[in-house]
Amino acid sequence: MSFVTPEIAWAPLAPLIIVLGAAAAGILVESFVRAPERRRVAQLTLALAALLAAFGTAVVQWAMLDGAGTVVLADMVTIDRQALAWQVLILVFGVLGTLLFASRTRAGEEAFTPLGSVAPGSTEETLARRKGFQVTEVFPLALFAVGGMMLFTAVTDLIFLFVALEVFSLPLYILVALARRRRFLSHEGALKYFLLGAFSSAILLFGAAFLYGATGTTAYSGIAAGLTSATGLDPLILAGAVMVIVGLMFKIGAVPFHSWTPDAYQGAPTPVTAFMGAATKAAATAALIRVVYEALYALEWELSLLFWIVAIASMLLGTVVALVQTDLKRMLAYSSIAHAGFILVAFAGFPDGALSALPFYLASYGLATMGAFAVISQVREKAEDGTVLGEATRLGQWAGLGKRSPLLAGAMALFLLSFAGIPLTAGFVGKFVAFAAAISSGAWPLVLIAVIASAAAAFFYVRLIVLMFLTDVPEGQEDAIEIEFSPYARTVVILTAVAVVLLGIVPGPVLSVFENAGVLLLGAAG
Amino acid sequence: MFPILTVMVALPAVGAAVLWALPSGARERVREIALGITVLELALAVALFVQFDTATAGEIQFSETYAWIPQIGASWALGVNGIGLLMVVLAALLTPLAILAGWWEDRDPARRTHYLALVLLSEAFMVGIFAARDVFLFYVLFEAMLIPLYFLIGSFGGLQRRYAAVKFLLYSLVGGLIMLVGVVALYFQGPGGEEAFLTDNLTGLDMSTSTERLIFLAFFLAFAIKAPMVPLHTWLPTVAENARPGTTALLVAVLDKIGTFGMLTLCVALFPEAAEWAAPVIIVFAVISVIYGALLAIGQRNMLRLVAFTSVSHFGIMVLGIFAFTQTSVEGAALYMFNHGLSTGALFFAVGFLIHRRGTADVTEYGGLQKVVPVFAGTFLVIGLSALALPGLSPFISEIMVLVGAFSVAKAAVIVATLGVVLAALYVLLTYQKVFTGPVPEARPTFRELTRRERVVLWPLIALMLVLGFLPGIAIDVLSEPSADIVSTVPVQEAGE
Repeated sequence: MSFVTPEIAWAPLAPLIIVLGAAAAGILVESFVRAPERRRVAQLTLALAALLAAFGTAVVQWAMLDGAGTVVLADMVTIDRQALAWQVLILVFGVLGTLLFASRTRAGEEAFTPLGSVAPGSTEETLARRKGFQVTEVFPLALFAVGGMMLFTAVTDLIFLFVALEVFSLPLYILVALARRRRFLSHEGALKYFLLGAFSSAILLFGAAFLYGATGTTAYSGIAAGLTSATGLDPLILAGAVMVIVGLMFKIGAVPFHSWTPDAYQGAPTPVTAFMGAATKAAATAALIRVVYEALYALEWELSLLFWIVAIASMLLGTVVALVQTDLKRMLAYSSIAHAGFILVAFAGFPDGALSALPFYLASYGLATMGAFAVISQVREKAEDGTVLGEATRLGQWAGLGKRSPLLAGAMALFLLSFAGIPLTAGFVGKFVAFAAAISSGAWPLVLIAVIASAAAAFFYVRLIVLMFLTDVPEGQEDAIEIEFSPYARTVVILTAVAVVLLGIVPGPVLSVFENAGVLLLGAAG
Repeated sequence: MFPILTVMVALPAVGAAVLWALPSGARERVREIALGITVLELALAVALFVQFDTATAGEIQFSETYAWIPQIGASWALGVNGIGLLMVVLAALLTPLAILAGWWEDRDPARRTHYLALVLLSEAFMVGIFAARDVFLFYVLFEAMLIPLYFLIGSFGGLQRRYAAVKFLLYSLVGGLIMLVGVVALYFQGPGGEEAFLTDNLTGLDMSTSTERLIFLAFFLAFAIKAPMVPLHTWLPTVAENARPGTTALLVAVLDKIGTFGMLTLCVALFPEAAEWAAPVIIVFAVISVIYGALLAIGQRNMLRLVAFTSVSHFGIMVLGIFAFTQTSVEGAALYMFNHGLSTGALFFAVGFLIHRRGTADVTEYGGLQKVVPVFAGTFLVIGLSALALPGLSPFISEIMVLVGAFSVAKAAVIVATLGVVLAALYVLLTYQKVFTGPVPEARPTFRELTRRERVVLWPLIALMLVLGFLPGIAIDVLSEPSADIVSTVPVQEAGE
């Protein structure tokens, strides 16, 4: 028996290797650097350096890419412009997320618990806090998540799809559980996320097995070939296809696979919510694009019903339930469900336009999400004696924020307007290209529902703007809110706000980059 | 060539940014700065009017086209024909007057700065919309304009201003988003490419009947909400009652014209067959607006609501004129868009001055002022008479043109709409009677006569109405050719139904 070593083109994998390598190195730093403060600096530097290096490498590769792209690792991974575009996007989210992870309050308090392994409220917890412990492993964990997501956007094989899914999901489960305050809520969110995530991974794996059974291969190209050569409709194929898609829709957070979203969004430390909300949706959308366009394109007619139903359900449920939320993080969680619906609208009819529209949509949505949660991390409750507590996430606490901090409130209003898709923000261009893609394949009834949902959704975004700008600070509450100042979080707010405006006014250059990316190396559509 | 229209869009927008950026020490002079910017804008508008070549009024002049987002076919394309020209002039004329009318509204310099910056920003959007020659650009400005307006209504005004602002925003947003579907769908009917959204490239498209009708409806709905047509008008009285009179004057006199302007230059020009198909139903709703608005106006005690309802009635006449598709009626409607701006703007300003003195819009709180403030009473009466279309004042000409022009194609509608004109006499004169005639109240504090500043706001508008009332040719010259172009796109009507 002979073992054939696979030919591996290392260069196209360089960004991935940098990120995952730095993650592994981060674990070593964790073991060898003992002093918490020095360790923190080392981890932060390492993570940022790795992400920026990977970013640079990916950009260079984009520029040097010869032809459509390269297939590496025996058909399992495809690095083409589509993959690189998504990877760059995820790296941007990674950098912004890392900055948020590093942000602290004026009193030097991070978003993360000092010691994840002790029980909430125990003596050990107090002790750990007093001794200045820090869970600096959040940085390597985030790097693992970023690496997994980058891989997720490039895989063209069902087995590898599953591996990448787990690589980025497991660190996220841990990160969600590490909130410093309201730890039970954090644990609850993490547990729900983990259990439902494991469940959906199993469904995805099961579906992959069905597809393998029907076509004899796990490679996307092989499945596509198997589908076109198959005569009649094999129930095995349809069941497998639906299950794989359902597994991915879970990560996007579409109804009815959304139930983890509100709890995980609310419980997770806000920097994690920001990163997860932006990057997971992007990575899962990228993977869904590949599965749908490269493997299952022949099933367009059969699968369209699934996309229509899930899209409509997500938009309606996300919007309606968000209307009655009183907690800001939960409200944004439901709004993210509605946005999952808008994302799926672009898939209706599998138009070519979706390949360039969706990266832009996810970029605009992700930037606004990161910015919004960065603002949330800066608005804190204050006790009577003046100590700063956790984040003020009850809607009522935001009344009159425009007077307390015009810049933060203004940035938040900008992000909300972008979510609502008001022109001159990135969100509008994103909606425009996504809806254009859907209409090009004739799905205008779906787009009509989407715009009605957008109008209803505007109501709860606007409600927060009313609270911030048109409502006075309630009597006796003048000292109940503290505006924090963390240079890291402020940097994120500024960067995302500028990006949201720029992408709204001059989206041309970015659109043409993604248009370039709209060509898949493999697949029926390209 | 000098890009005058781009400058006219940029000037107020930059001005708004400058106001916001002013250090708090420099905010004492903020009103003068804002007024200066808007007067400069007015000067540019006058230059535009003078430079405009009346002989070719039907063609787009001062045209500018720059690539903006070529990837989706959007351009920064501006240019005006005769109709757009008049609307740009109207916007530039009323904004400085609105600033002047609200000179003493805010004591806090920060609030004052905020208000004036928002007014300037709105002006930039208004000019941009009336000059846009690209459907995407038009849509973007149309929607983005909601943000300054939302804050103008919600931050400054009466007790229920927040409710009014949200109501306004949601109505407009629903219309706007449905229009978005139409905009996207229109793209796929057009030639595509880097200038896909230029109106020139979208005129005369060969669409299937049902597609054309659906896209037409998507556009029309948004415009019918903006130019409040019954039954989509209910946001207007709420806003008028709660916003500042100056804001409402701009809103009703200029911004709502975007509705009728859009019907003329987009709905009818791009989808002539669908417009003709829908015309009978639209005319019915227009006539209902005329009568319903007038009847409700008679029943109002709040003067701001009253003026709002008179506008619903008047917008009905404009829509009737547009969708009757005769040369005279379309010309009359376009002229009425301008004249109604003068008349209603003046009316809202005057009511605002009354409210400023007595602190209420309730008509029963007034009475007998004729003898106390004769100049104010006379001014108010002239403005009121312009609203009821008294001959000699310019709204009369335009109303007559609409009614006469539409008579040949829609006799019944015109006869009913004429009733609305009669009702107008009732609501105007009744209001005048309640406010200014009757016994002089004894126990009331003294009521101030029209100040010099207030005269500067009202009298130029009256003068302009008189000039255009006797010499309507000045305006009609620039309107007749574009109107003829629009009428000629619509399939031939069988005269006499």
